[in-house]
Order: sequence, then C-alpha cells, then structure tokens
Amino acid sequence: MTYILQQGLNSLQLGSIYALIALGYTMVYGILTMINFAHGDLFMVGAFLCFLAATFLHLPFVPTLLIAMIGVALIGVVIERFAYKPLRQAPRVSAIITALGVGIFLENFTLVFAPYPQHVPTLIKNTTWVIGGVSVSSLQLIIIALSLVLMVLLDFIVRKTMVGMAMRAISWDKTIVPLMGIPLNLVISATFAIGTSLGGAAGVMYALAFPVIDPYMGIMIGWKAFIAAVVGGIGNIRGAMIGGFILGGVEILVAAFLPSTYRDFVAFTLLLILLIFRPYGILGKPRPQKV
Amino acid sequence: MSQGNVLLSIRDLTISYGNIMAVKGISFDVYEGEIVTLIGANGAGKSSTLRGVSGLIPYKGVITFQGQDMKSIPADKIVAMGIAQVPEGRGIFGNLTVLENLKLATWSRKDKHEFPKDYQRVFDIFPRLSERQGQLGGTLSGGEQQMLAVGRALMSRGKMMLLDEPSMGLAPVLVREIFSVLREINQAGTTILLVEQNANMALRIASRGYVLETGVIAHTGTGQKLLGDPRVKEAYLGG
Ligand SMILES: Nc1ncnc2c1ncn2[C@@H]1O[C@H](COP(=O)(O)OP(=O)(O)OP(=O)(O)O)[C@@H](O)[C@H]1O
Ligand SMILES: [Mg+2]
Repeated sequence: MTYILQQGLNSLQLGSIYALIALGYTMVYGILTMINFAHGDLFMVGAFLCFLAATFLHLPFVPTLLIAMIGVALIGVVIERFAYKPLRQAPRVSAIITALGVGIFLENFTLVFAPYPQHVPTLIKNTTWVIGGVSVSSLQLIIIALSLVLMVLLDFIVRKTMVGMAMRAISWDKTIVPLMGIPLNLVISATFAIGTSLGGAAGVMYALAFPVIDPYMGIMIGWKAFIAAVVGGIGNIRGAMIGGFILGGVEILVAAFLPSTYRDFVAFTLLLILLIFRPYGILGKPRPQKV
Repeated sequence: MSQGNVLLSIRDLTISYGNIMAVKGISFDVYEGEIVTLIGANGAGKSSTLRGVSGLIPYKGVITFQGQDMKSIPADKIVAMGIAQVPEGRGIFGNLTVLENLKLATWSRKDKHEFPKDYQRVFDIFPRLSERQGQLGGTLSGGEQQMLAVGRALMSRGKMMLLDEPSMGLAPVLVREIFSVLREINQAGTTILLVEQNANMALRIASRGYVLETGVIAHTGTGQKLLGDPRVKEAYLGG
C-alpha cells in the first residue's frame, strides 16, 4: 500500500510536468491545426533561463519562474510571428518542417553557450517527510501544486474569459473571427504566449527535480509530451492534462516492475494500443461536420 | 427611415481571385437609414462585394464609410468602426454556446453598461435564443443559427449591418420572420445592405436595389421599380 502511494506521488510529479508541456502542443494545435515541434526545445529554454536566473542573478524561486515563463513566452510569440505566420496558408508539411528547424536552431543556439551539461543550483530547500512510510519531499509538493494551479488558471482563461472564448472560436473557424471585431493575430499570439509559458514553467520544474540540464533535454521529453497530448485528444485542453498524468503514471508503473531500459518501449506500446481503440484520444472527438 | 447622408460609398470596386475577376468596377452608395439590396445569380459577385467592404479581401477601387477611406483597415477594426456582418452560411461557432457567440461580438465595444440592455433586445426579438442560451451553437437548427447570426450582429452594435443571404435554407415562414426582423432593426436606426437570391422578398423591404450580373451592375432602382421591371421579373422573380 505505501509502495503504491509512493509510486502514485512520483507519477503525479512526472505527470504534471508532462501535462504542462502537453498543454502547449494542444493549444497551438487547437487554433492553427499545426504541431509546434519546437515546443520541446522551448521547454529546454525554460530550464536554461531558470539556470541563468538562479546562477548569475542569484534570484530566488518565484522571480526565476516568472523570468523563465515570460522569457519563453516572448520567444514563442516571436517564433510564431516570424517563422509560422508567413506559412499559415502554406501546406501543413512546410510549417512542420519549419518548426523542426526552429527546434534545431534553439538547441544549437543554446549549445554555443552551454557546450557541457549544466548544474542548476538548489532554489527550493528540499525537506523530506516520511508520512506513513511514504516519503514526501517539499519539492515534489511544490511541483504538483504549482502545476495544478497553472492548469486551473488555464482552464479558467479558456472557459470564462473573452480571450479564451476567442481561442475556442478560432479553433472552430478562424475566417469568421475578424467579423466579430476580434484581432485574430493578437489572439493567436496570446495563445502562443500562454502555451509556451507553460512549457517554460515545466522546464523550471524539471530543472529543479533533475538538476543536470543540457540543450538536447527537450527532444525526448517533448516527444513524450506530444504523445501525451495525442493520447488525451490533441486540441483538447483537459485531454492534454489527462494524457500527461497517464503517461507519467504508466512510466513510473513500468519502471517499478521492469528494468528501466524497457520503460519507454513498454510505455509507448501501451499508449499506441490505447490509440487503436480511441483513435482521437481520450477526450478527442472526430471533428463535427461543418456546413 | 428618413434618408440622410451617404454612409457607405463604393467607387469602381474591382475584386479578383487570381485570374478570375469576380467584381468588375461597380459603384453604388448606401444612405443612412436605408435598406439597400444587392441581388443576382450564383457567382455574380455579391459575397465578394461584402467581403471587400468588411475588409476580408483586398480590392481595387475606393470604399468609404462615413467619409473615411477603408482601404487597408483590418477587418476587426472595421467592425469597431460600425459595420457588422452576418456572413454567408451564418458562421456560427458550433463549439460555443449561444450566449458565448453573442458575447464574442461585443469584443470591440467599451460601453459595458449597455450590454444587458442589448442582450435583452436580442432575446426579445428572438425568444427562441433566450431559451437556448446555454446550448452549443452547432446543435441549433438552421433557422435558429440564422437568428443567432443576426443577434450577434446586433450585439456588435454597428451603424450598418451587412447580411449575406439570410434566407438561405430557411422555410418560408422563417424567411418572413427574419425579414420582418430586418425591417424592425432598420426602423430602429440601423442601415442595412442585404445580399439576397430571394429577390422577391428582398426587393419588397428594400428602398433601393442593385442587380448584379457577372460582376457588373445590370439594373438599379427603387425596390418597387425593380419588382415591376420585366427583365428583373424574368431573370430573378420566376417570370
Ligand atoms: N476564394 C475564391 N477563390 C477563387 N474564386 C472565387 C473565390 N471566391 C469567389 N470566387 C469566384 O468569384 C465569383 C463570385 O463569387 P461570389 O461568392 O462573390 O458570388 P455570389 O454572388 O455571392 O454567389 P452566390 O449567390 O452563389 O453566393 C465566382 O465565380 C466564384 O467562383
Ligand atoms: Mg454568395
């Protein structure tokens, strides 16, 4: 029982990081039907901004987090404006290749300044409590709680605010949106800003939990979070959250029973099987017919 | 419905899609307080004209609204200036509720305190929307979607409303209902530019009409005059 609780807690921690990254993929897909394959690398940039702010500016946790989120959001907006926007009418494959290119650029740009893996200083004093045989660390709790707060906030923005409504309207039919008096490009920029800032926050949390970072760290984690978004139903916000937690859970579960080299293999096989039965993901729906 | 100043003026409007010229240098005016209708067969260039006015596609020629040149003003700013459009095919956001669809149209308005009154007005005109406020736009019937599209245009509170075939796909009873609502909206002070294939109904409520044939204006006159014109009768009113 304590073993299950322990693994459950570990799954929540990993899952919340995947979920935050998955949200970025799903939000951009929702409004532009485009996969931002540079998103995993923006997560990496978030981790490096955390490293920079903590190491050179000696900032505490909260300002570091804000710098990483805002910094990544700005980069995300600039990428959309200059790399993706000119390709909105172009075939999807052009946008995908551009996104992959942007990702490679970000990796190599970071590599110039950080040719070796970097060590992120401790920002949160890590206390560990043992409660009923389960060891709980303050870092773990902060990561989980902060992720939940960000997700609840996002859910509120998307469901209740005008910007959120406009985002949903764009995902339905962006040609009509300007006729409502809504500046389409502004809402698309806002979507990129919010989606990528969540990736940046995930980068900070990851860097605190696993403090050795390198410019290629975003590739594998980015792919995994992308798959989490697809499993949840790409384009669906709550789906991305669920997908992230499922992936975290499956990974921890597999690692608990099998040699760790099998982890990704078994985890992804399970997810692919799930997609055979629910091809649109857990919460995804086939797109309703538009007249 | 007294006639005032020129509200919308169109001079030598030309709209092309690649090599296809859809609108070939048309000119017309809409005066404050009028209902003007633009009728014509499929592909005559009616929707293209409206898309030009609302800033959705580039054009040659000059369009002015309240004396201001509209060229290169983006579509969302044009709504803020006072031109609301009910697009062809209604353009309801199927994944948003009825209320959310209406709310979105207030995006560029600053007079928040006026909103409750305007929602009430929409729900008074279309009680069916009031009952369905929480229903998703995509699950409305075609007629209800058309009501919602008109309601949305009311919520953006334009001085002028452009409508692209509001009668499309509706049963005759509903068509009459929508047209009488348009007349009401007009009497309350909104100028209307109405694109229609249902020439008979459109000409009956319009003060003036223009008949568009393959991108040029073929006939023009008061609604009454066009209704009686044998050429119009033969081509657009079923003989
Ligand atoms: N996006 C487009 N690309 C290419 N050609 C277009 C485009 N939109 C319209 N056209 C062409 O322009 C011409 C005018 O089209 P438009 O939609 O303005 O006609 P309409 O009068 O509104 O017709 P309908 O009554 O069928 O709606 C048509 O020949 C049409 O094929
Ligand atoms: Mg048309």
